[in-house]
Amino acid sequence: MTGSDQNKAPGSIGGSIGSVRDQIRQPLWLLAELTYACPLQCPYCSNPMDFASVKKELTTEEWLDVFRQARAMGATQLGLSGGEPLTRPDLVELITEARKMGFYTNLITSGVGMDASKVAELKQAGLDHIQVSFQASSEDLNNLIAGTDAFQHKIEMAKAVKANGYPMVLCFVTHRQNIDQMEDILDLAINLDADYVELATTQYYGWAMHNRDQLLPMKEQLERAEAVAHRYQQQQKGNMKIYYVVPDYYEERPKACMNGWGNVFLTVTPDGTALPCHAARELPGMSLPNVKDMSIDAIWNGSDDFNRFRGFDWMTEPCRSCDEKEKDFGGCRCQAFMLTGDPTNADPVCSKSPHHHLIEEALERGRLEAEKPITEAKPLVFRNPKNSKQICGL
Amino acid sequence: MAEPVFNAESVPVLALGYRFQFEPAQNCNVLLYPEGMVKLNGAAGEILQRISEKKQTVAELIAELKVAFNGADLDDDVYTFLEEAYNNDWIRPE
Ligand SMILES: C[S@@+](CC[C@H](N)C(=O)[O-])C[C@H]1O[C@@H](n2cnc3c(N)ncnc32)[C@H](O)[C@@H]1O
Ligand code: SF4
Ligand code: SF4
Repeated sequence: MTGSDQNKAPGSIGGSIGSVRDQIRQPLWLLAELTYACPLQCPYCSNPMDFASVKKELTTEEWLDVFRQARAMGATQLGLSGGEPLTRPDLVELITEARKMGFYTNLITSGVGMDASKVAELKQAGLDHIQVSFQASSEDLNNLIAGTDAFQHKIEMAKAVKANGYPMVLCFVTHRQNIDQMEDILDLAINLDADYVELATTQYYGWAMHNRDQLLPMKEQLERAEAVAHRYQQQQKGNMKIYYVVPDYYEERPKACMNGWGNVFLTVTPDGTALPCHAARELPGMSLPNVKDMSIDAIWNGSDDFNRFRGFDWMTEPCRSCDEKEKDFGGCRCQAFMLTGDPTNADPVCSKSPHHHLIEEALERGRLEAEKPITEAKPLVFRNPKNSKQICGL
Repeated sequence: MAEPVFNAESVPVLALGYRFQFEPAQNCNVLLYPEGMVKLNGAAGEILQRISEKKQTVAELIAELKVAFNGADLDDDVYTFLEEAYNNDWIRPE
């Protein structure tokens, strides 16, 4: 007599509300990218390279209207992300109102821009959940990857989260530069008395894609890290939960991206563009509907963008006649486009894809880059407005 | 089977970060938690609603359910459910 449709707990951008596949499509998950402003400069950031082109963010009223509409269509989970959501001066107001509407509110933050009293204020506002991201386990590497001095402050904030009655949920995005610290990462989490740790593999979108040669871990690094993670999982059973996300570049099958295009997931970007996933802006031929011009209902049900890769008719071979297509929907459309040039192709992560060699070649390039002496290796490009403008010619 | 976690004297509470509510758009009771949602069937909804609204022992909870459901013999079902809910991380004994 248990309830049905159990889902997994914390996750980063993808999340999982896989529950209602058998029912009408509803935007159960609203990811509100409130702003692209951010005090950190992570080179693995999944934000779009041209984020600096976004000048005008939605106003408080506009966001609340988005929340109301999505809620009326059945959305229960609200992710507040960015950029750094704490840079929005109206964050507390947005949370207060969203909570009143009945949302389960998740704040996804680097922790930079808050202090202990802010955490208490967020709690007061009814915020349900906070996830604090770390760049690494040591002060030096963390600050190097973050492009700023943030480590000690993050530690304080992780503690403040717990002191305010929240579970402590930490997210480490792993890549070649920090993955060998797996023990240290998990020891840090244990010392902080964390409740959940997500070891999220870098997904290659936005800045991460740009820095891919410098971020892709090598197979032997992964195997080691995975063994460490599993050992700690056993040790910490009943105490701290460790989610280890396997990197798709080393898989034979792609991820079931977004639980299917336009199925449960709706992203609204800082300027009001509505997307089926946070990376879809970069696909060719998108109409990029904006919540300022159209209702969420019209966007979700009627727009070309959201209908584009629903169902299976858009597929090309080998997906079209594949008996696994209902499991993974052919993988990620953005990854298919970025790597093969055609978003209707199979995600090249799939070993059945005729483009699978592109993944192997990328891994090989990463290895070659890793073996170079530091002086010759490509530098990491940091995510900041200056680089955004320079690289995108803004 | 593992040792049962709940007895007549234990006080079940929702796990940290879990929230019970009625969802009009789904027309059912749900349990919300970080980045997820469980849709509850009728019986699960009745039990979890009571757990979310009031701290009481399992014995008191069962007594209340019996009143609501005409004295039905539901002790075993409730205990089974509580153990399952615990194993799913939805609830814990206080
Ligand atoms: C884009 S960030 C925005 C929120 C906040 N600035 C932060 O970093 O926590 C949202 C989440 O995605 C994670 N993330 C960022 N880039 C990623 C990537 N390339 N692959 C996987 N996760 C990523 C971050 O660690 C964070 O948990
Ligand atoms: S991942 Fe890093 S750079 Fe990107 S928004 Fe979060 S803190 Fe800022
Ligand atoms: S061929 Fe396409 S549908 Fe089949 S497993 Fe690979 S990606 Fe999935």
